[in-house]
Amino acid sequence: MTRYIQHAAAFCVLLLVALLVNTAWLQVLQAPSYGVNPANRRPTIARYEQPRGDILVGGRAVTGSRDTGEQLRYERIYTDGPLYAPVTGFASQRYGTAFLEHSEDELLSGTDPMLAGFPLWNGFTRVQSPGGDVVTTLNPAAQRAAFDGLGTRKGAVVAIEPTTGRILALVSTPSYDPAELSGNGPAVAAAWARLNDDPEKPMLNRAVRQTYPPGSTFKVITAAAALDAGVVRDLDARTDSPDPYRLPGSTARLVNEGEGCRDASLRFAFEWSCNTVFAKLGVDVGAAGMEAAARSFGFDDPTLRIPFSVVPSTFDAPEDRAQRALSSIGQYNTRATPLQMAMVAAAVANGGQVRSPYLVERTTRSGGSTVSAAGSRPARQVMRPTTAVRLRELMTDVVEEGTGRNAAIPDATVGGKTGTAQHGIGNQGTPYAWFISWAQGDDDMDPRVAVAVVVEDASARRGDISGGGTAAPIAKAVMEAVLHSPRAG
Amino acid sequence: MTKAGPTAAAPPPSAPHPSAPTATVRLPRRRGVELSLIVLAVLLSVYGYCAVGLAKHGTVPPGAAGYGAGLGVLALLAHTAVRLRAPYADPLLLPIGVLLNGLGLVLIYRLDLETPGEEAAPAQLVWSTLGVALFTLVVLVLRDYRWLQRYSYVSVVAALALLTLPILFPPLNGARIWIRVGGFSIQPGEFAKVLLAVFFAAYLAANRGALTYTGGRRWWPRLPPGRVLGPVVAIWLLSVGVLVLERDLGTSLLFFGLFVVMLYVATGRTGWIAVGLMLAAAGAVAVGWLEPHVHSRVAEWLHPFASIEAGQGPGQVAQSLFSFAAGGVLGRGLGLGHSILVGFAAKSDFILATAGEELGLAGLSAVFLLYALLVERGYRAGLALRDPFGRLLAVGLASIVALQVFVIAGGVTGLIPLTGMAMPFLAQGGSSVVTNWMIVALLIRVSHVARRQYDGKVAP
Repeated sequence: MTRYIQHAAAFCVLLLVALLVNTAWLQVLQAPSYGVNPANRRPTIARYEQPRGDILVGGRAVTGSRDTGEQLRYERIYTDGPLYAPVTGFASQRYGTAFLEHSEDELLSGTDPMLAGFPLWNGFTRVQSPGGDVVTTLNPAAQRAAFDGLGTRKGAVVAIEPTTGRILALVSTPSYDPAELSGNGPAVAAAWARLNDDPEKPMLNRAVRQTYPPGSTFKVITAAAALDAGVVRDLDARTDSPDPYRLPGSTARLVNEGEGCRDASLRFAFEWSCNTVFAKLGVDVGAAGMEAAARSFGFDDPTLRIPFSVVPSTFDAPEDRAQRALSSIGQYNTRATPLQMAMVAAAVANGGQVRSPYLVERTTRSGGSTVSAAGSRPARQVMRPTTAVRLRELMTDVVEEGTGRNAAIPDATVGGKTGTAQHGIGNQGTPYAWFISWAQGDDDMDPRVAVAVVVEDASARRGDISGGGTAAPIAKAVMEAVLHSPRAG
Repeated sequence: MTKAGPTAAAPPPSAPHPSAPTATVRLPRRRGVELSLIVLAVLLSVYGYCAVGLAKHGTVPPGAAGYGAGLGVLALLAHTAVRLRAPYADPLLLPIGVLLNGLGLVLIYRLDLETPGEEAAPAQLVWSTLGVALFTLVVLVLRDYRWLQRYSYVSVVAALALLTLPILFPPLNGARIWIRVGGFSIQPGEFAKVLLAVFFAAYLAANRGALTYTGGRRWWPRLPPGRVLGPVVAIWLLSVGVLVLERDLGTSLLFFGLFVVMLYVATGRTGWIAVGLMLAAAGAVAVGWLEPHVHSRVAEWLHPFASIEAGQGPGQVAQSLFSFAAGGVLGRGLGLGHSILVGFAAKSDFILATAGEELGLAGLSAVFLLYALLVERGYRAGLALRDPFGRLLAVGLASIVALQVFVIAGGVTGLIPLTGMAMPFLAQGGSSVVTNWMIVALLIRVSHVARRQYDGKVAP
């Protein structure tokens, strides 16, 4: 019987070996593919197992995490959801992420390998790094001024620091509370459906994801192109332009809102926004010159990231001179994001240099040590410095005695340009009110802020919408907020 | 071991036994080794318990001292009983039981934290206490295991009664294997395993000759006469009956496997294995064909991710495989896995998934080796004994453990189709833990005799 017991024992050893081999195969060789199986909830659980890193504005976190005690444990909360929604975006357990929550997701969720002190060791111990924080460039007072200034109207505001490209305010209204989308329950699904079906499109980031016809604010670029090209050499010389202006090669006639544009000087035409003068300037500069000028300001650049992507603004200078004339006054196919127009104002303020705009000052580990810092962005000279000086003069005139008087600030030099853009079939839509400006306090060495404001307001009467009346006061409030803030850095 | 042990451990010349001539050896009883290993087992369990608390809440759980003390007292009680009445017993059996039971309690406690309001660990601790109490009782009262031989037919009748009892009760989760008395659910099939092992051992020890010398040619045995074949067919029918009436594939497989192993050990006829396998295959095919329950289990084994591809989310086997995969080589650490995703039966049939995810391949291999060691100790006792009943009983009891571990561990790791069964000692289930303590108690008794017989004998 001894032999048979030994045989039975051998059989048991066989069973043991089968178990061990199968388990090793499962836990070592199959593990990677099972780990990424979409039906495996572990990656999702791990993602929400720890509090998400925060997004900071002015040294204060505008985000947080709530411990739900559920399987997907931590849920995103926002201190001022609608105010910062165009910057933070949302971090939803159900619908993914958007904007900063999306571009900085690896850092915020703690999966960025840069967060680990010793990546190899952490890979071995499988300790998850706590989420890092994102410090933004926003100025909370400017953001608030812009948000309150727009109020219940539809529109967007972007403010940037001309010397650095730091984005100080980025607002889009109507906004929404991203906290509504944080969880994964039926309420979140309902909120998602409601926000997507809303005709006001509250989740549309009008500051960077919507282009508008820039209207007269585009005249800054046309003026810069004309000055750089030598088409205009003297701001006060007559420009030899008729009023009304018959668009070349067509019978259409372009007129002005105001008087005195016939043969006006560039200074007068800029101050009073003469369409006829700038349309002719655009034709005189030529297609290549206009396109080069617009491109250098940042038009038609699909690569811009702040760090989330910005839809390219478009400028199309056709060989057809009539169309080019309209393009040059910010109509026809010319479209720009509010961010793009803020860059235009910043270029004028900053001696003709554009710095690539950015939102993230630096990223830190949860302990506070820096992971990465924005550093200095390369500057791009978009016009001659002398041209910039002359454009500053023109823009200052607009605020001191032209269409932008609503933006004047005591103890500060302010330059601006109004715009009222026609749109819709036959220009029947309510026009968009634009105002772009920059400000430099009397005690400041450099310009402190450049702003672009656009207001699209279907409820206002057509006649009441104008850059100077509707948009300039908002720009003024934002500029004041920046000028009254202590200088950063 | 028993032959090598005493010779190797010659008495020190400085302290010869006063009454023993120099030609005899005192067999070391190894009770001190047992005690040290028990202390180690209790400490390991308490460590696991603390690790769970630290991982989940950042603090040592408040019940850690009580848990350690409780487990320690139980283990010491059992140890004292062994010391008193089975001093020659194998010193590894009891510590392995304590460690597996302690680890099981840790894993169940750990899963309890994920299911507030459905705590299973307190009840499991009560059942463990009962198990150890019965262990102690068996060790103290059953002076000689041969006494069981006289009650073999009582055993089989009792086993059949226990097996048929649940048919009178409503099914639970598709299987009729529970009876409910008051608030307790009992799985009588668990107890029946031990009784059947006793009966098989007694029956085969008595009819070994008839079973061995009937039959004919070497490769294709002539069928034995009905007188001998009858009980074999009866057992086969019993297994199939259990399967069909109670829908319990695992128990059926275990009974049949146990019978084939013991039959082979008793007779040495490979022909019996052939007959057994053929009967099993015929039964399996027939039942797999007829029973949708069994059919679906086989389908899930062959295609564990079919439900994912069908858009219905992962099934239990898929979730179990995900758990093992998540554990990797070193595991996620106690309290840090998500094996609760397995859902229903995570604490019972699928307890090994938690061990796999949180202790990893390393911990799982250790657990498998503990079971292997337990089985090996049973087989060794069987080899050392001289009476056929004792040998068959030891081999049978050890085989129950071996087969049960293989059937359930293979099931949850996708090696074989899943059959509902309790992982010995680890899984939640009162009847199971009590039964396993009974198995260890009987192995202690058997191994006591196996080792004692060499004590004081002339060294070969």
